[in-house]
Amino acid sequence: MPVKVMIPSPLRPYAGKRDSAEFNAQTVGEALGHLTTQFGELRKHLFTEEGKLRSFVNVYVNDEDIRYLAKENTPTKDGDTISIIPSIAGGVRS
Amino acid sequence: MADAASLWISGHLAEKIRAHGAETYPHECCGALLGRDSNAVLESDRGANSLAAAREILGLFPLVNRRDDSPRNRFSVTAEDVLAAEKLAREQGLDVVGWYHSHPDHPARPSEYDRDHAWPWYSYIIVSVQNGAPQDMTSWRLNDDRVEFAPEGIEIRHRAAV
Repeated sequence: MPVKVMIPSPLRPYAGKRDSAEFNAQTVGEALGHLTTQFGELRKHLFTEEGKLRSFVNVYVNDEDIRYLAKENTPTKDGDTISIIPSIAGGVRS
Repeated sequence: MADAASLWISGHLAEKIRAHGAETYPHECCGALLGRDSNAVLESDRGANSLAAAREILGLFPLVNRRDDSPRNRFSVTAEDVLAAEKLAREQGLDVVGWYHSHPDHPARPSEYDRDHAWPWYSYIIVSVQNGAPQDMTSWRLNDDRVEFAPEGIEIRHRAAV
């Protein structure tokens, strides 16, 4: 059983309107790599031009924030669910 | 012909956003917009040729600005708050379709910081609050290429939600 990546509503237009996708992956980074290879338009909304996960994009494996695990090297196992949740931020000063 | 994107909101909810901005002044307020996209409603109201996606705001979820360090010119909603807003929306058969925040003593235009921290699809309402009094309210959607926001017309609706 592969890893399931849940795709949030704002990003579904860039993922063939799908709400999830499944991949065989050993780590979170690998799963997100498969996701953004299959759906190339997703990449710029998740990663900076330098290839880093955008600061407001949070990734969870099951209910665990990967920032408190091994970030994108966090291992995954069959049946895990990866969620992508934005923090919302803004303000007047650039 | 497709119209420009537009956002429908009742006068009551629009007033609640303004009041939230006044209440938290001189700090920024923020909250979630609960609603749905309403192609079907748009077609019945304006004729079958009008296919632009209209979005209807049917509820608000005011949130606490988590930026204790610079709340006058920044707002932040944690992932946990986002999940809470999504849960509330689901319970009402709606989606979180966007976010609102205030710009104290600044125009209701998105900043570079706003753009860097945005996703497309969401509607971002900004209310300008000048000297504690709410003024202009605008709405924006980030373009697919992340280069700029496009304005989204706000239409105040006086009828009950469909």
